[in-house]
Parts: sequence; structure tokens; C-alpha cells
Amino acid sequence: MNYLDQLESESIHIMREVAGQFERPALLFSGGKDSITLVHLALKAFRPGKLPFPLVHIDTGHNFQEVLNFRDKLAAQIGEKLIVRHVEDTIREKKLKEPTGRNATRNGLQTFTLLDAIEEWEFDACIGGARRDEEKARAKERVFSVRDEFGSWDPKRQRPELWNLYNGRIHKGENVRVFPISNWTELDVWNYIRREKIELPSIYFAHERELLIRDGKLMATAGGVIKPEADDQVVRRNVRFRTVGDISCTAASESKAATLDSVIAEIQATRISERGETRMDDQLSEAAMEDRKKGGYF
Amino acid sequence: MDLLRFITAGSVDDGKSTLIGRLLYDSKSILTDQLEAIERASKSRNDGSIDLALLTDGLRSEREQGITIDVAYRYFQTPKRKFIIVDAPGHIQYTRNMVTGASNCQLAIVLVDARLGVVEQTRRHSLIASLLGIPHLVVAINKMDLVGYSQDVYSDICIHYADLAKKLNAHQVTYIPMSALNGDNVVDRSTSMPWYEGPTLLDHLETVAINDESDGEPLDRHPARFPVQYVIRPQTAELHDYRGYAGKITSGLFRKGDSITILPSGATSTIEAIEVAEKHLDEAATPQSVILHLATDIDISRGDLIVRTERLPVTSQTVEAMLCWMDTKELKTGSKYILQVGTFRTRCSVREIAYQLNIETYEQIEGIDNLKLNDMAKVTLRTAQPISFDPYPKNRTTGGAILIDETSNVTVGALMLMGEV
Ligand SMILES: Nc1nc2c(ncn2[C@@H]2O[C@H](COP(=O)(O)OP(=O)(O)O)[C@@H](O)[C@H]2O)c(=O)[nH]1
Ligand SMILES: [Mg+2]
Repeated sequence: MNYLDQLESESIHIMREVAGQFERPALLFSGGKDSITLVHLALKAFRPGKLPFPLVHIDTGHNFQEVLNFRDKLAAQIGEKLIVRHVEDTIREKKLKEPTGRNATRNGLQTFTLLDAIEEWEFDACIGGARRDEEKARAKERVFSVRDEFGSWDPKRQRPELWNLYNGRIHKGENVRVFPISNWTELDVWNYIRREKIELPSIYFAHERELLIRDGKLMATAGGVIKPEADDQVVRRNVRFRTVGDISCTAASESKAATLDSVIAEIQATRISERGETRMDDQLSEAAMEDRKKGGYF
Repeated sequence: MDLLRFITAGSVDDGKSTLIGRLLYDSKSILTDQLEAIERASKSRNDGSIDLALLTDGLRSEREQGITIDVAYRYFQTPKRKFIIVDAPGHIQYTRNMVTGASNCQLAIVLVDARLGVVEQTRRHSLIASLLGIPHLVVAINKMDLVGYSQDVYSDICIHYADLAKKLNAHQVTYIPMSALNGDNVVDRSTSMPWYEGPTLLDHLETVAINDESDGEPLDRHPARFPVQYVIRPQTAELHDYRGYAGKITSGLFRKGDSITILPSGATSTIEAIEVAEKHLDEAATPQSVILHLATDIDISRGDLIVRTERLPVTSQTVEAMLCWMDTKELKTGSKYILQVGTFRTRCSVREIAYQLNIETYEQIEGIDNLKLNDMAKVTLRTAQPISFDPYPKNRTTGGAILIDETSNVTVGALMLMGEV
């Protein structure tokens, strides 16, 4: 069997385990290619039935408008429930202090909103699109990753996970993060998107936009999220985004690749990893991701 | 392109992480920024030469202690094949993590330090690979640079290991002398060991036949097994009578029109349709995820096992199994747990420990009534309801089961089901 078929089947199996083992699961949807792939896999797993979970988006308020539009269109197209919770509301209600300064990002505050949403809807499982090839701490995480009531991941207390047997039994208040595409690489996702003709938000393809150059990275000026400072150079460039996250911490790649084939060709040729090229939030320290996961992050 | 999952095992400092780093590095699978990150980390640590082990030791405590604690997964591909590498810890206290990693692998690389030869850990890891039914074994005799690339040292270790392989009934053993540090025989052929004529490690990984079970029978002769995960019932006006059983074919092949039996109830029916992504197929085989439709309306739910009637599995309430105990809390004879096989769960009690296996000498120790973390034993279980399975040596997917602690909810044991008593 072709490897993409194997990966697809493994992911569908994991999704159906979630549906079979949990009372109130949710699929965390960011509008990025990985979570769009998850939705596609979920449709394959459950159609012609309805999805046994809603799509949940934790909106930092710093998302690309193209992505938000795409999110709403997709949810409407498939006729499934979409729940959106806003980091801004959490900041107001909980009187959180917003990070300020040069490279400030709300990415860290997302965790609070996510935990609130989990509590509000009593979600016992949250499906996410993280992959083990993304980052070295993720490379260590189980497919069913049990989190305590604070959402914390404890790498030293991971459950054994054997064959294709997943143990989703939890105590009240705990929840499980489930990663159906754990074993996919960035290129697998792209190749699958091409094979399945999955539609993506336009910002994944080369387009011209205004950006500023900061610390050698191209950051979008869209929405006024990043405020230009004196030594930032504002430019117009042809770019595409290799990952899509919060505007404040997702860098663009200079590119002329306007089709899926040319995007894939570029990604195949690059010598820089996905997170290395695009994510500012992982470059703070060697264990940045591990620490955020322990704090309840995805 | 196909996919090979392999695990690396060996004792601490045998060079597992270095070997993986080398495979990734020499096959150009490490990206520039990842390399820069480990270069930076290497500088702050030792003599400044790059430590390829930092690629897989992803947790803070692992890097601090310089050891591997939990399984790390790594992905790479060559023009010939895709690979999932499972880097497993070597320490005895992390054996359960190695067992977790080994359960899905088709090949195991056991590293041996050429200076030390076959040691206790070699025996333990080889035993785990064999108990978990990994069909291919590679004995990587590493650090050949430290023994002057001596053919005699290599041959002695091969002879010594062959003895152990015989005890384990391991059939497909390949021996490769290498230096992970310098890259000899990992991806590139060594110029220091002209006497070695076999494949390099990567050659072998790229060409070894991938078969999950060792019996090599054609697929449709394997027993056909389908654990029901979820019942799809849209209950809309136009799909009022739609009732599909969603699951993954864990063994063999199903065809439209096949006579099937549902276990544990024993009810029978025939397959009316096989559906994948809203299309109908005439047949489907493992490892496909599909939806089955049956000709008759019977009560089927998650946990049931659909099988082709011509080859039924073992169905029993008293079963024998090899058990790897994975909890810090001891197992005592008589203790009760939840057993999960496929999608079926039932309570069970451990009736008897027939013997504990000494994982280094392979001796069977009788008269044991409790098991500690990482112990291996042959046990007899009594289940509340009958369970259906195939003996593990014949089928790793349908013969594997786990034990779950009812109060902590943790997975506490891995079972290789052997047969009914
Ligand atoms: N001389 C030599 N040293 C090696 C070789 N392979 C690994 N090492 C060293 O052995 C030590 C342990 O290696 P590591 O990969 O961390 O072992 P692990 O514990 O099995 O993962 C490190 O200092 C490596 O540089 C080899 O082939 N030759
Ligand atoms: Mg290591």
C-alpha cells in the first residue's frame, strides 16, 4: 500500500477512536493546512454521517483575514458546527496582561482561552494537527496525550501506547489531546493536499503584499498587528506563507510559487525547516515548545 | 513508495542517537537550521564537535542527562523508501518505552559496542524485539574505529550473537560492522573494512522486504478481521436506513458477498457493501479504513469484531499471554484490570503467573506471584466476557492487547495473547 494511503488510514482510525471513546470531543481548527487536512480526514472518516465533533477556533484576534474568511466558508460548505472563542475576551475577562514590546505576541495567551473553552464545553478530547516532525518535543508526544485539568503535558508520565490500541480513559477534569497526523511530515501533508485536491487559503500561494523586514524575517503589516519601528524597513514583496498562524509570529517566505506544484517544488528544495523558517515563537530557547506544552499549550 | 518503521535499540552509549543522526545527516535529511541549533547546543556542552545525538534527545531532561528517556520519532526518505525511525531508550528503567516503540516496527537495529560485545542489554533488547514479533533484526556492531576495524572482533561478536538468536528463534538476522561516529557503513561504504562485503545499513533498510507477519502468505489467505470502532447512522430523511460499521481492517481482506461472523455474539451475515469516502468497492484489505454494510439488520456496536466465517479467531474467557508489566505499582496474582483487544474492553483478572522470564538469561522462573515494572511473564487471564483474537505470533495486530488500571486509568501492561487454556 502506498505510504499516503497508509498514513490516511492510520489518521482515520485515530479519529474514529476519538468518536468511539469520548463523550464530547472537539476538533481544534486554526485555518492552517494541517487543520484543513484534519477536516478532510474527518469527513472521510464519518461521511455520510455528521462529524461527531464541532470545529473549534481559538482566535487570537491577530489572524489573517483571508484565513478567517476561509474558515467560515469551509464550515458553511460542510455544514458543521464552528465554535469561535476570542483571546481578546479572555484578556478582558481575566484581566490578563498583554505582552508588549517589539516582538509581542498573543500566541501564549491562546492557552488560557483554549482551557476556558475546554471547561465551558466540557470537552474531553481535543483533536489537533500537530506533527512529530515539526519540533523535537513534539517528536516525543503520544498520539493520545493525556493532560491534567491545567492542560499540562508531563513528558515523564506518558502512557505506554502500543500497536493501534489507544487508551482514552480519563478522570473527570482531565482531557486528551489527540494528534491524528503525528506521523505525517510537512511534505506528506502537501502531497496529500495535492492528491486529494484540498482547497487552501490564498496566502499559501505567492502574492504581493506589504511587509516589514525585522531580524531578517519578512513580517506582514496586515491588520496593523506589527507596528513598524524606526529600524524596520517597510517593503512590498512577492511572498507566500509556509505555515499560517498568528500574524505576530508567522514569517513569510519570498516566493513566486503561485500553484500547488510550484509550492511543493520549493518546499522540497528548501534546506530550512518549517518552524525554523516561519515561526518566531520557537526560537526563544532550546526547550520553548516543551515548556509551552507543560503549560497547557497544544 | 512504501514505508518502513524501524526501532534502534542498544545500551546506553552504544551510539543509537549518533547512528540516527548519521543516517539523517548522510542522507541529507537534516535541515540547515536544525543543524545550526544542535551545533549551538553542542558548543555549550562538550568539546565543541557536533553531537548528532542532540537531534533526537528532544526533552530538556534528556539533554541535561545526555540520555534517552522516551521514544522519539524521526522521519526521513530516500528516493527508494520512506522511513519512520523510532529511537528508543536503552536504560532498563525505560524498558516500557522501548516496548511502546517496538510494537509497530517491522525491523529492529540492535547496537553492539564492538569493544564490549554482547552484553546484558543486548540480550534484553533482542528478547523484546523477538517477543514483540519484529520480523527483521539488524545487529549493528558499532564503534569499529575503536577496535582498529578488526575483522576478528566482528566475527567473534557474530558467532556469539548467533547463539543467542537461536535461543530466540530469530530468523532474519543481518550483521553490519560500522562506525556511526565516522559514518562507516551507515550510508557510505567503509574504506576501512574492505573485508566486509555485505550491504551498508541504508542499503539494507532500502531493500529489506517489508512484511508485517513472518509467514509470508498472500493477503487473502490471512484471516480477515475488522474491529468495529463506530457506527455511522446519519438518521436524516434521505439516509433514514443507513447503518454503516466504521473501522480499520486489521488483517486480511474482505469482499462484497463474504459470509461473516460477528464476535463475541456469533451472529452471522454477509457483506452487502464496502464503502470508502462515499464510494463502493468490491474488496478492501488491511490496513484500509472502511465502512462495512451488512445484508441483515443485527445489533452491532463498538467493540464487536467482524470476521470472515471461513477462518474464525480464538474466542475464550481463559487465555494465556506473554505480559510486559509497565506500571510502578506491582501486579499481584488475582488483581483485576480492564483488558482492551481491538476495540473491545472487558474486565479481567490475572489467575496465575506461569513463569517470569529472566530478560537477560531467558530462564523461566516459576513460583512467582507478583510482577514489578518492566518484568516479562507468561500469565493466565480470566476475562469477564469472552475475547476474540489470533495468537500473537501469527498476527501482531489482532493478537496484541493492553491492560488498563481501573482506578488510575493508566495503561499498565502489554499482552501478547497466545491462546486459550
Ligand atoms: N569512537 C566512536 N564513538 C562513537 C561511535 N558512535 C557513537 N559514539 C560516541 O558514543 C557516545 C554515546 O553515543 P550516543 O549516540 O549518545 O549513544 P546512545 O546512548 O546509544 O544514544 C557519544 O560520545 C558518541 O559520540 C562510533 O562509532 N565510534
Ligand atoms: Mg540516545
